[in-house]
Amino acid sequence: MEKQVQIQHNEIWQALEEVKDPEIPVISVTDMGIITDVRVTGNSACVTMTPTFVACPAIDYMREQIKKKVEELGFEKVEVLVDREYKWSTNDISEKGKRLLKEFRFAPPPKISGDISSDDLHAACPHCGSKNTSLNTPFGSTLCRAVYYCFDCRQSFEQFKPK
Amino acid sequence: MADDALILGHRNSEWTGLGPILEEDIAFSSMAQDKIGHAQALYAILHEEFGEPSPDKLVYDRDEKKFRCCHLTEMPNGEYDFSLVRHFFFDHAELCRYKLLEQSSQKRLAALAKKIRGELKYHVMHADTWLKKLAKADEESRSRILSSVKIVYPLALGIFEKSKWEDELMKKEIFRGEETLQKEWMRSIQPVLEESEIKLPNGKIQPAYGGRKGEHTGHLKPLLEEMREVYKLDPDAEW
Repeated sequence: MEKQVQIQHNEIWQALEEVKDPEIPVISVTDMGIITDVRVTGNSACVTMTPTFVACPAIDYMREQIKKKVEELGFEKVEVLVDREYKWSTNDISEKGKRLLKEFRFAPPPKISGDISSDDLHAACPHCGSKNTSLNTPFGSTLCRAVYYCFDCRQSFEQFKPK
Repeated sequence: MADDALILGHRNSEWTGLGPILEEDIAFSSMAQDKIGHAQALYAILHEEFGEPSPDKLVYDRDEKKFRCCHLTEMPNGEYDFSLVRHFFFDHAELCRYKLLEQSSQKRLAALAKKIRGELKYHVMHADTWLKKLAKADEESRSRILSSVKIVYPLALGIFEKSKWEDELMKKEIFRGEETLQKEWMRSIQPVLEESEIKLPNGKIQPAYGGRKGEHTGHLKPLLEEMREVYKLDPDAEW
């Protein structure tokens, strides 16, 4: 890759770190692993993103935010494509992302291999760290959340459910 | 597939605010959102790859007779036991269908199938949990589940009605066919039914066919009218 293009690439990735998921405002779209491609040709940039869940309602909002952010870098033409077929997995969330989720008191998803099964549905309590917890329901306030209960600190908490 | 997901998604959304407990209200609402998203992604493939009208046009401006959903999805929600048993039979079939489609020669469909299957897993887990619980909870819950199984089973068999494109889809290796799917489905539901001590109706059952040919129950039309009520006020409005 040409040096100038490489610099522009890095600039775009850096700018995207400032675009947050509106449903989880502590984590950026890059830490979520939903940016699948960045291309620079001349004075144009093209970013491809994927929804975590097919029906994610935040996708249009994030798309606008990404476009605005990249335009601020001075590109003449910025295109943001949505790849609805890319198989995003919670394994794509970066380690930094998982740490931020936990700090936000939102239990990060466990690492999964292959298809999820009921064995994957466990979470440590993000308030007290206890593993003495149980799944209340796999459907929460947004599509990506499951609701658990902690028997030690007696609090409900949410988990980014593994996918 | 898209029409099944859209129509059952709409039915699921009718539980919003009415679920028997808060968690079930949220569960059916979340599954509604997932399913309508699946429908939208499928309509987008039809639009972009096969020249069909846009997803919005297909949903809001298509004649009822051009819908291909099976009768199972059209039926009103009834009481919770009916909705749960329908959800159980339908989502096991969906999970099996998308698993087969991961091998499809239609590349976009194959990719989408992988993405969607991770979501359907939660739908099936949810259905299995409640079916197993309620089939054994007490006399009333068990008798309600058993009577719903009797009513829903012939409707569920209608999922596997072949469309007129069945041979072509199989020849082009886009889909392995409804008979293969039905066998996979039976294999998938059997262990849950056994654990719940539920027996499927015996003898010759007439499946509820017609949906794949555009012949619908009287329940589809009012559903579509309600879905389109706001759109029809001003079809050219920008959202």
